[in-house]
Amino acid sequence: MENLNLVLPEIFISLSIMFLLVLGVFKKNSSKITFNLSLFAILITTIILINETFSVSRETLFNESVVIDSMSSLMKIITLIGGFLVLVISSSYLKTFKIYNIEYPVLILSSILGMMVMISSNDLIVFYMGLELQSLALYVLATYNRDQLKSSEAGLKYFVLSALSSGLLLYGCSLVYGFSGSTNFDVISNQLNSNEYVLTFGIVFILVGLAFKISAVPFHMWAPDVYEGSPTTVTLFFTMVPKIAALTVFIRFLYVPFLNLIDQWQMIIIFLSIASMVFGAVAAIGQTNIKRLIAYSSIGHIGYTLAGLATASNEGIQSSIIYISIYVVMNLALFSCLLMLRRRDQYYEDIEDLSGLSKNHPLLSLCLLVILFSLAGIPPLAGFFAKFYVFKAVLEQSMFFLAIVGLLSTVIAAFYYLRIIKIIYFDKEKDKYDTDHSLWLKFSLTVSTILILLYFIFPSQLIEVVSRINII
Amino acid sequence: MNFPILSSLILLPTVGALFLFFTKDKEGNNSTAKYVALFTTIVNFLISIYLWISFDQSTSNFQFVEDRTWIEGFINYKVGVDGISILFIILTTFITPLCIISVNNSVKNRLRDFLIAILIMESFMIGVFCALDLVVFYLFFEAGLIPMFLIIGIWGGPKRVYSAFKFFLYTLLGSVLMLVAIISIYWIAGTTDVIQLYELGIDAKYQNLLWLAFFSSFAVKTPMWPVHTWLPDAHVEAPTAGSVLLAAILLKMAGYGFIRFSLGLFPVASEVFTPLIYTLSVIAIIFTSFIALMQEDMKKLIAYSSVAHMGFVTLGIFTLQQQGIEGSIIQMISHGLVSAALFLCVGVVYDRMHSRMINSYGGIVTIIPKYSILFMLFTLAALGLPGTSGFIGEFLILMGAFKDNFLVAVIASLGVILGAAYMLWLYKRVVFGKLVNEDLKKMFDLNRSEYLILSCLAFPTLFFGFYPDPLINTIEVSVTDLINMHNTNIASK
Repeated sequence: MENLNLVLPEIFISLSIMFLLVLGVFKKNSSKITFNLSLFAILITTIILINETFSVSRETLFNESVVIDSMSSLMKIITLIGGFLVLVISSSYLKTFKIYNIEYPVLILSSILGMMVMISSNDLIVFYMGLELQSLALYVLATYNRDQLKSSEAGLKYFVLSALSSGLLLYGCSLVYGFSGSTNFDVISNQLNSNEYVLTFGIVFILVGLAFKISAVPFHMWAPDVYEGSPTTVTLFFTMVPKIAALTVFIRFLYVPFLNLIDQWQMIIIFLSIASMVFGAVAAIGQTNIKRLIAYSSIGHIGYTLAGLATASNEGIQSSIIYISIYVVMNLALFSCLLMLRRRDQYYEDIEDLSGLSKNHPLLSLCLLVILFSLAGIPPLAGFFAKFYVFKAVLEQSMFFLAIVGLLSTVIAAFYYLRIIKIIYFDKEKDKYDTDHSLWLKFSLTVSTILILLYFIFPSQLIEVVSRINII
Repeated sequence: MNFPILSSLILLPTVGALFLFFTKDKEGNNSTAKYVALFTTIVNFLISIYLWISFDQSTSNFQFVEDRTWIEGFINYKVGVDGISILFIILTTFITPLCIISVNNSVKNRLRDFLIAILIMESFMIGVFCALDLVVFYLFFEAGLIPMFLIIGIWGGPKRVYSAFKFFLYTLLGSVLMLVAIISIYWIAGTTDVIQLYELGIDAKYQNLLWLAFFSSFAVKTPMWPVHTWLPDAHVEAPTAGSVLLAAILLKMAGYGFIRFSLGLFPVASEVFTPLIYTLSVIAIIFTSFIALMQEDMKKLIAYSSVAHMGFVTLGIFTLQQQGIEGSIIQMISHGLVSAALFLCVGVVYDRMHSRMINSYGGIVTIIPKYSILFMLFTLAALGLPGTSGFIGEFLILMGAFKDNFLVAVIASLGVILGAAYMLWLYKRVVFGKLVNEDLKKMFDLNRSEYLILSCLAFPTLFFGFYPDPLINTIEVSVTDLINMHNTNIASK
């Protein structure tokens, strides 16, 4: 009998989803209770996860199709915390748009379930199942504000393009299966050798599909539109949580089944990385909408995480995970600020709306200042350390070109972050924004800003947690 | 472990800034905030004086060293001072309170935020001068960009946005290459601890590239020709206190970096690239002196003169002679005092007339005589008149240069004449001559705080001009040792 305790978090969260759905059907006006129960469910899942799996170094289940190791438990915890925070700060935004319904928490829970399955997958079919579960939930989330044209457009665009990439991914999987005769990652890893040219197509198709999911250039086209059109809280979810899952799968694919084919994929990853870093930095300069700008900046940041992956070393993987963790915190802080730009039930999301913010809202602007400098990677803020670890890993492998291009693109990227700071601090002020924000929103902004600001005092802790991850 | 005196020097201004952060920002009357900031910086100055007194001048070892694990098995938080860095720390703690006194007139709005920025800036600057780990150094070096960007951008003149961006992006672009070099050093030598690196040495085949990467950062910051263009813009737009900090201390970070890192870590490469430095320095001295001659704006003129003076500094450092390096250090200290004073002098008349143009002044000697006397003193110090600290620096640098390369020394000496030309001409046009503008008659002479600041700066300028021994004694052993280490390194390669 398998040790089902290891998948207890997934089991618990699926049961919660079903229960919440039933509750929503039979009880009138149950939005509030659904929200609270789903938060509760996430908390319990996290506790179970920490209890059952955090000390496990590596175990496999169900004919080795599911793997529980330190990477999967860490990434699941980040996913759950991210999902929790998105849910708690969503309420007031959703209420403003009158879309405070039971479906929202249920969809978020289902996508989290999908991501957890993805993170733990050690088999092509399990992986694909998780991927589709999270994608389907995300399509609906993108269109969640269905009365708004942009939101529907975002959802449709996301659906069409994402379905296409899933198709490519599936085709790649079938090619890999054809060559290796198995869907299990470990078996594939043993079977594959680099002499087969058609196999390269399989790898490329899979990488393209994954690159689409993390919006790496040149498969990023959907991101700005979807980010702009989706409700802001959903955009926050998009920029944080699915990226973590997709990155984990990316790591898993590159370093388990394709480990022996490094020559075949390393150049591809380097290309994706450089293209994303440079394009993300350059394209963000001309943006006027903050959410679009965040989309391009997230493309750039994904470039840095990919730079860590391209190194084919444990340090590189660890640095990527550190990067994405710090990035998640920065993003949370940035979106908390964005959600505070509210005046009489209307949310503002143009960069110009930030004009002169520092006069009326000194604390909020100070937070933004810290966050933006951190995103730009200026020491001593957390964003600098994130980049520092990545480039340390990259230079260790003597990949000077990648490091120098990456660092130069941080200079370009610094320009558009500085431009926002300029607008906040140097420009003429506008009307005041409302200040009656929910406690959770203030909480998430304060905590994340303090984490960013004071990360330099205790940098070792995060490294310690991440250094347990040894994939290769 | 002894009392962590250096860490408290670094932290104290930040604590003061935090304290200010929780005081109320009142429009108009902000005396509390100012007194808090002033108190903090003066205490910091006293601590640094204590540091100087208890500093042992007979050894070149690093003193007051603190070594703490920071990132497990990778970076240690390591700070310490030797004869070279201690002077820069004292310069920093000396200039900052003067800046804070000077904000009275130049900063009208959000005084509290301005003081916070200055205090945080002070923390970072002291950090740069005591860091004994490359990563720690880089952290402080880069972090200083944030407060300076805000100082220029929020409180600056009409073209402040452009200048702030230029300042930030130029410096950042230079620095990222240094970051690549620092990480590479970690992989080559296995540590970023400066003391250990001095002992281990870095493989000669890597030195050239690493040297160039450090150079890219320091050259922008110095600034050397042709990457000096951010400096006049930043100076002109920054508020007086900002210009003072920029000229007096920020520029010295690069000179200090050249001595501590370029010479200390890459001796072979330093020899290789000496001609490059000589060429750029000489161009900077001659070319920017000519540009300074043509300036209409007083602040811009002084900014270009800073570039020329820093040209002397880089020239002196790479003569690799005892006199040259000592001269460079003294020139940096002296320039820190004199350029700060000159910017304050410009600030004084600007606060009264709201013009920095030279042609809007003239004949003010009879109206504001006290000001004219002090301004003259600093003008003469800037051109290196014997009896002022400027002379000692320039003289030692040229002496070092004559030992090393005759031609370069001759050309650089011409720069001294040009320096005299633009400074004296500036003084003549502003202070002497006919009264060009009836409004000038309404100007009042120095008020108490201005008088205090300028005399505080005048005293060491004259004192070290006549009696430079305290400075030379402090740096001598460290410089001798640096040169010895350099020569043994060269001999062994």
